[in-house]
This record gives sequence, structure tokens and C-alpha cells, in this order.
Amino acid sequence: MKAGWEVVIGLEIHAQLATRSKIFSGASTAYGAAPNTQACLVDLGYPGVLPVLNEEVVHMATMFGLAVNATVAPRSVFARKNYFYPDLPKGYQISQFELPIVEHGELYITDDEGRDKRIGITRAHLEEDAGKSIHEGLERSSGIDLNRAGTPLLEIVSEPDLRSAKEAVAYMRKMHSIVRYLRISDGNMQEGSFRCDANVSVRPVGQQELGTRTELKNLNSFRFVERAINFEIDRQIEVIEDGGEVVQETRLYDSDKDETRPMRSKEESHDYRYFPDPDLLPVEISPEYIETARQQLPELPTAKKRRFTDQYDLKPDDADLLTGSRPLADYFEAAVAATGAKPQLVANWVIGDLSGALNRDSLEIADSKVSATELAGLLTRIHDNTISGKIAKQVFEAMWAGEGDADTVIDAKGLKQITDSTAIEAVVDEVIAANPGQVAEYRAGKEKLIGFFVGRVMQATKGQANPGQVNQILKKKLHD
Amino acid sequence: MSDSQQDLFSQSMTELAAGLDAGDFTSAELTETLLERIGAHDDKLNAFITVTADEALQSAARADEARASGRGGVLNGLPVLHKDIFCTRGVKTTCGSRMLDNFVAPYDATVVEKLAGAGAVVLGKTNMDEFAMGSSNETSYFGPVRNPWNLECSPGGSSGGSAAAVAARLAPAATGTDTGGSIRQPAALTGTVGIKPTYGRVSRYGMIAFASSLDQAGVITRTAEDAARLLGVMAGFDERDSTSIDEPVPDYIAGLDRPIKGLRVGIVRQHFDAGLDADCAVSIREAIAVLESLGATTVEVDLPNLDLSVPTYYVVAPAECSSNLSRFDGVRFGHRADEAEDLMDLYCRSRGEGFGDEVKRRIMTGTYVLSAGYYDAYYLKAQQVRHLIADDFRSAFADVDVIAGPTSPTPAFRLGDKIDDPITMYLNDIYTIGANLAGLPGMSIPCGFVNGLPVGLHLVAAHFAEETLLRCSHQFQQHTDWHKACPKDFA
Amino acid sequence: MSLSKEQVRHIAMLARLKLTEEEYAESVQKLSKIVDFVDQLSAADTRDVLPMAHPLHAVQRLRPDVVTETDERDYLQENAAAVADGLYLVPKVIE
Repeated sequence: MKAGWEVVIGLEIHAQLATRSKIFSGASTAYGAAPNTQACLVDLGYPGVLPVLNEEVVHMATMFGLAVNATVAPRSVFARKNYFYPDLPKGYQISQFELPIVEHGELYITDDEGRDKRIGITRAHLEEDAGKSIHEGLERSSGIDLNRAGTPLLEIVSEPDLRSAKEAVAYMRKMHSIVRYLRISDGNMQEGSFRCDANVSVRPVGQQELGTRTELKNLNSFRFVERAINFEIDRQIEVIEDGGEVVQETRLYDSDKDETRPMRSKEESHDYRYFPDPDLLPVEISPEYIETARQQLPELPTAKKRRFTDQYDLKPDDADLLTGSRPLADYFEAAVAATGAKPQLVANWVIGDLSGALNRDSLEIADSKVSATELAGLLTRIHDNTISGKIAKQVFEAMWAGEGDADTVIDAKGLKQITDSTAIEAVVDEVIAANPGQVAEYRAGKEKLIGFFVGRVMQATKGQANPGQVNQILKKKLHD
Repeated sequence: MSDSQQDLFSQSMTELAAGLDAGDFTSAELTETLLERIGAHDDKLNAFITVTADEALQSAARADEARASGRGGVLNGLPVLHKDIFCTRGVKTTCGSRMLDNFVAPYDATVVEKLAGAGAVVLGKTNMDEFAMGSSNETSYFGPVRNPWNLECSPGGSSGGSAAAVAARLAPAATGTDTGGSIRQPAALTGTVGIKPTYGRVSRYGMIAFASSLDQAGVITRTAEDAARLLGVMAGFDERDSTSIDEPVPDYIAGLDRPIKGLRVGIVRQHFDAGLDADCAVSIREAIAVLESLGATTVEVDLPNLDLSVPTYYVVAPAECSSNLSRFDGVRFGHRADEAEDLMDLYCRSRGEGFGDEVKRRIMTGTYVLSAGYYDAYYLKAQQVRHLIADDFRSAFADVDVIAGPTSPTPAFRLGDKIDDPITMYLNDIYTIGANLAGLPGMSIPCGFVNGLPVGLHLVAAHFAEETLLRCSHQFQQHTDWHKACPKDFA
Repeated sequence: MSLSKEQVRHIAMLARLKLTEEEYAESVQKLSKIVDFVDQLSAADTRDVLPMAHPLHAVQRLRPDVVTETDERDYLQENAAAVADGLYLVPKVIE
């Protein structure tokens, strides 16, 4: 970013809550159904129908509030946000306005300088999602699919505490990880279950008042958030430096062109005419209810990371990676529990070979072809010197390919490490005899050549000789 | 045909139930009699939007079968009408609007379901002010309803079709809805009984919303006993309505015979101020004297904010209606303008064409009072005054069991007289609106005539005290004959 | 207080109502009367009075998170004027 400018960013994250039924109706929230087959009378805004609140969304919002150290409101109120749009069947969205269910929270991210930074969470409120307009494949019309209408959303509004696109992404990632830890959202960004609008403004360094902000919509991946914000920062600075003024408006991010442009449909002035929804009563949450929810809170990423470094003596970066998602952390802990190998070794394998294989096959950890116990079985064989680390990679690939557990693969392929010193000595003797020139050089002081000899011995044993023993025997014989 | 069969139409539900039980006639015979009568008389009244003759005859036949085999609910085979604001599956549900001229509801309202479940036979759907917005039935897209007592007069509204049909003996009972007096005022103007229960007592599910925090379903009958019978079936908790109350429904009929000796009747000073027709005032005072003769005592009470109830209502109700009616956009149901140029044009023309003048006026009023810069001065202020009005009633009910007074300032007025002046029309509801704002049960019963037109006595009680209203009304009717009078053209 | 024609136009736009010129004239006159009428409220002393959104002091009841609805699309779309491939149609929307 250009020197002399400061950026101010606030994010509004919409997390779809992972309920079975909608926020105010008994229609399914499952993704991907044929158009309008999951839009019931309530979702369609039929005359005479009424909303009834899903208990699970209240529970989920409460859990979220506790997780971000916020106040869970003893009384919150649903309000109507009135505007006409085809994907909004009733002509109003049921949301929360004056009294949201969660207020005054916080989240810590690592800022650009690597320090912990507190980001304030102004509020989080419950609301219903809108449907979808489909523009492709229709001549002069748009088609409306209301399957998504009424899906519960938690809108999480941050304070304007973020100072760069990178911080915005760090915040969003952290939030993503939290909602998934809490299992209140699947966080699937392709399906739109976790999306974000960004309010962006710039001001010269030292200026107190905020610059005019624009709202960026349609940010449905971490990469787009970063790119859209960076584009917008540059655009605003350029506008101001050219003597112009930033216009307060809603802009859409176009990922194909990597640019933001004003949204045409939102041009007309907005007057949402919020008022309390008379079809719904105030939601009251008792201290006992909150206490019960607190008992159900899982260990959250920050606490888990701290525990991983303390309890397992992991490198902080590794602990960070492993605690990024709850299933990954659970996998790691399950593997540690099932092997005597050092936790750091387990971490190396989970972050290295396992993650590599998952990425290669585009699999989630839950669908891993090698289970935590199976991986532990493999690492146990490294630990007890049955195989070397190098052979283990070969065994892992075979396990991934479905050839059985570690012991089966080791047996079938005859990969068991040679630890019989007599056998290793025989091979060492052969190698020494076959390479008199190198032996002489070694003995003359070129000790680097030890690698050459080890290589030859390993080659001769198809990698199965115990590398430690090979080293030891070689050195002894070469020094004789 | 015996005598009793010839005047089947004039019998109350209670009498009809006894006749069915005794085997004097069948539900099919009863249904045919009333359908014939509707055919013969409704041209004069325009009380019906849809007559469901085929469905009625089928359900009557089912009711007769059920009775023969010893089954059947408490309303088995008894005829009722539904105001056309209640959704009826497979039957046109218009809400008195061009917007829903062709709308066939895909589901039954809870009220409809409950009455059907008890065996009632629905003869048809009654005319009403468009979206229940009106006090004269003149805002209906399907034309005004006429008052059976004088065909030049309005039957009141918005449940004017229900009231006129019951008054004209086209059916013994009909459902209605009441947002500011829409059951009680037409009941008063047609000489029928109308009860609006406590807010939340009857489910609003399937009742097309006008103003959600005020709307409540009730019934129009000719006797308090019939009202008790029907209300007992309609009332009760509904999990589909968040605002319905989970309180047990008392046996309303069981309490009717208890004398009202010692009942404390509140008389509101402000009710007899200028504005109330002098002849009506006489009828109301006489009716109160009847209650006293039955052992009730009167206590003067004060409702200091009564005058503010109409302006409060005309902020709150339009605000809620402006939002409730946004769903009518021509996309999923309802009127859709032809050849729309773009989305804005589709919305504006579908709604411009589909809604009538009064509905548009209320939508615009509501939009205005909620809009940026006006919310605090109007909407929020009205919500505060609403609190004051509710508190006035709360204080009053510390001293009395019911409040008695006029339902309407005048007897039925002539069609066309008030329709051009919204404020004059709105002031018609001055005595009834308070009960809606405070969520209280209210009831109107016939108590006299002025120039051949009925006068209604209005009773209001504390939350969930419907029993008191019904008992007081029943006792009154045991000692008066006003409810037995029949308009002469319909005798 | 009288409403201007411009105000009425703005309100009609917010409410998505197309009015004829005649209707505008009438609306200006009648809405002004209504606004004057409800202006009586401004005289009420409402200091420290809480707004009352609801007639009863009840609390929102919660529904179990269970799918109870089945697909009725084709039946429900009989009420719609324009549908294609299960979608409700509106004139092209430009975002």
C-alpha cells in the first residue's frame, strides 16, 4: 500500500447456521435441491402464514457469543427490514436491529507484524437468508429460486479495527475456524455458507475522522477478500489523489476482472423502515441457559494451540496449523494417543505427508484414506525401528492406495528393517572391499565420504538396513 | 315439511344442534334450506364472495353419516360461514381484493381446520372490506354489502358480509376478524352478537394479516350461547402462531347460566361525550339499567387517553399493514400486471392495479410513519401512547369486571355517506379500537333500535375474561328480546 | 402539516405503488388530513413511557429443529403467473 495512507476496514460476515430446518419454518436447509422444492408456505411468504423460531439457532448464537467473549442478550427482538427485491418473498427480511442476540465481543488475530491484535465484534444477530436470482439461460427474465430463503444466518459485524487486507483475511480465517469449531456452520464458502461484505475506507495517516467508505459485496473466498480490498484501497487512494471524492456506495467484486464496480440494483436510496416484527415475540435467554451452553463449549483454537505447544511440545507454527480446524486437531490427538512415537513426529506426518495426500486427492480430513489409528500404527513402526522414516513414506503411500495397514504393507513388501548386525556387517564388508579408492580417501581425512558408503549399503539392502546401525558399523570398520 | 323445518333458518346453532340430535332434520336438509335461502336473498345483500354449495353438501352428507354412526364433533352438521380473509384449501380466498381475485389458498387456516374438525359445514365465504381495511364494507373489490335492516345502509365493516348474512338468517354463525372493531361494529350495526377474544386466544395462522399486533379472529352469531359454542372450538394454542397463547380453553358454555349478581360494570365517562348519537345513548343507558336489574353494580371509570386511541391506531395499524402487504408483488401469487417493462414496473403496476384506494392509502400512511425521519415522531410515539392506553384499561379493571358502553357512535349510516372522508370513517371505531390496542376481549350485543336500525352494547373485559363477557351477554339475552328481532325483508 | 406531492411520490415509490395523476392529487389531500389527524399524538406526555409493540407480555416460543415440510412446488406454483423450470419469473434483474 502507498505510504502516507491508512486503511480502515470493518467486516460483516454472514455465517449460515448448520440447522436441519429453516429459521422460521420446517423446510429443509439441505444444499443443492431442485429449485423451489425446499420453499414451503412460510418461506414463500404466503398470505396468512406465520414464523416460529427454531430453537437450535438460539442455541448456536449463544454458543457463538460465549466463544467470542461477548454478551448474550437476556432479551433480543426480531425486526423487519423492509425492501422490495425478487429474492425476498415477503418484501421484508426478518432480522434483528435494535436488540441483537450477541453484542460486544472480541477476537484476537496475528497482525502484519506478528503480534496479537484485538478486533472488536460490535454485534452478531440472527436473520433469515434470501433466495437466489438466476440470470443465466433465460431470455428477458430472471428466475427466482427460494430454496435458500429462510436459511438461518448469523451476521457478525466487526468494529472498524482492521488495518489491511491481510488483517481482514486473518480475522475472517479465525472466524471461520471458530464457527466450525463450534459446529454452528459448515463454513462452506463455495456454497455460500460463509461469506463476507467489507466496509473499506482510506485516510491520510494522522487524520482523525474516517474517510468515506464503500461496501464491497460478493466476497466468497479468502483470496477474493484480500484482492477486492486491495483493489478498493488502491482505487480510493487514486480517486483522492486525483482530486476526486470517494462516493459512499455498494460495490460488487468481479473476480474475473479482479476489480470492484458499483452495484446498479442498489442505487436507489434505501429506507429500510425497521420496526419490531409483530409476528414474533422477544427472545429471552436465562442465565441458566447461558451456563448450560458454556458447559457445552468445545476447546477453541487459541486455547487448543496453547495446550498443543505445552502438552505436546510442538513448534508454535505446527500447533497453529494443527488447530486451524477441529477435525485436524482431533485427528492429530487421536494419532498421538495411539502411538508411542513423539508428538512432534506425529505432527510432522499430519502436516506433511497426510495433508499432502489429502490435498492431492481433494479430500477433507474426515474422508482421509488413512485413519488416525492407521497412521499411528505406521509411526509406531518408525519408533520401534521396524522401518526407517524413508521406508515409512513408501509404506504410507501403499496404505493410502488401500493396500492395508502398516504391518500388512511392511510384511507383504518385505520392508522390515535389517537390524541384525551380522547381516549389516557382511554388506559393509562387501562395500568396503568394492570401493578401495574411496576407503583410502576417507581414511586420509575426507570424512564427508561416509554418506557415500551409507548410500551404497542402503542401496545394497534396498533401504532396509537400519541407518543408525549402518553408520555405526561403517565408522567402526573404516577406522579399523 | 313440519313447522320446525320451515323456520330452520331462524334457529340458533344451539337449537339446530338439538334438532339434529333429535333427528328432526338432517344436516343435508338444513344445508339445502340455507343454500336455497342464500340463493334467494344474497342478490339484495351481496354478503357472499363465494358460495361453496358442492363442498357444503358433501360435508353435510359426511356429518349425517358420522351422526348415524355415533361419531361427530361438537359442531357436527352445523352451518357456518367464513369471512373471506381465512385461507381455505382449494377454495378461492380473496380478502375482498382484486389482488387475490384468483387466489386459491393451498392450505386451511387453523380456524378453518378447527371448525371443520368439529364437523361444521361451511356454506361460503363472506364479503368484507378489502384486506379488512374499512368500517363500511364499501372498500371491497366485490362491491359493498347491504344492511338487511335497510338496504340503503352499510352493515359496517370489515366483517360486513358475515354480519349481514347472520342478521338476514342466511346462516346462524360466521367467523370474522377484528383489528379495530371489525367484528363488533358490524355486529352492532346489524343487530347481531360479535365477540373479539383476547389477542392470542385464537390462532392467526391462515388469517390474512392486516395489522399483526391487533388482528384477532372471532365470531358473529345471533346469541351469546352460540358465540360461546363456536369460540370454544376456535380458541386454543397453535404451535404455528408464535403469538397464540398456551392457556387452557375454559368451557364457555358451562358458565353461561351463572347469574351476574355482583358483577361490577364500569361506565366510562368519556363514552357519553359529544360524538355519541343521543338516541343511541338512551339505548345504551337502558341496557346498563337491565344489567343493574340483574344485580350488577355500576362503577364510573376513567379512560383518560380514549381520544388518542384512534390516532394511535391509525399509526400502528397502517405501519404493520404497509409491511404485511409487501408480499403481494405479482410474483408467487396474486394479481400480476401484464407486459411489465422491468422489475420496478412489475411491482408498481401489479400493486397499483391490485389494491384499492383505501388499502393504498393505508400502505402509504404506514410507509410514511415508518420512514426515516418520521419513525420517532409517529411510530414510536404511537407505541408509547399505546402503552398509556393499555395502562388505562389495566387501572380500570382493578375496579370492575366489565366495561359497558356503546359499540358505535351511531346506528348504521347510509352507503356513500362517509367513504370520501377517511377521518370521519375512522372515528366510527372510537369505542372499539382500545380493546385491540390493549389486546382485550370485547363483545357487542344488540340492545335496542333507533329509527328501525339496531344499536349495539359494547362490553370489554380483562385479558382472557371471555367467560365474563359471554355470561354477561347471555344473561342479558335471557331477559331481553333484541336479538330475536328479524329484519322484515328476511323474516 | 401538509404533505407535498414530492413526498407522496417518494412514499409511493418506497411502497411500490403506481398511482395515476388523479390518485396523486387525491392522495396528497387525504394523506395530509390523516397526518394532521395523527399529529394529535405529539401532545401526549410520553416521557419515560416504554413503547408497546405487543399486547401481551409473552416470550417467543421455540420450535424444535425438525424438517416437517415436504415438496409442494408444483401445487404452490399453480398460483404463480409466470414460472419456468420450477423458477418464479420476473423481468430481468441487473445487479
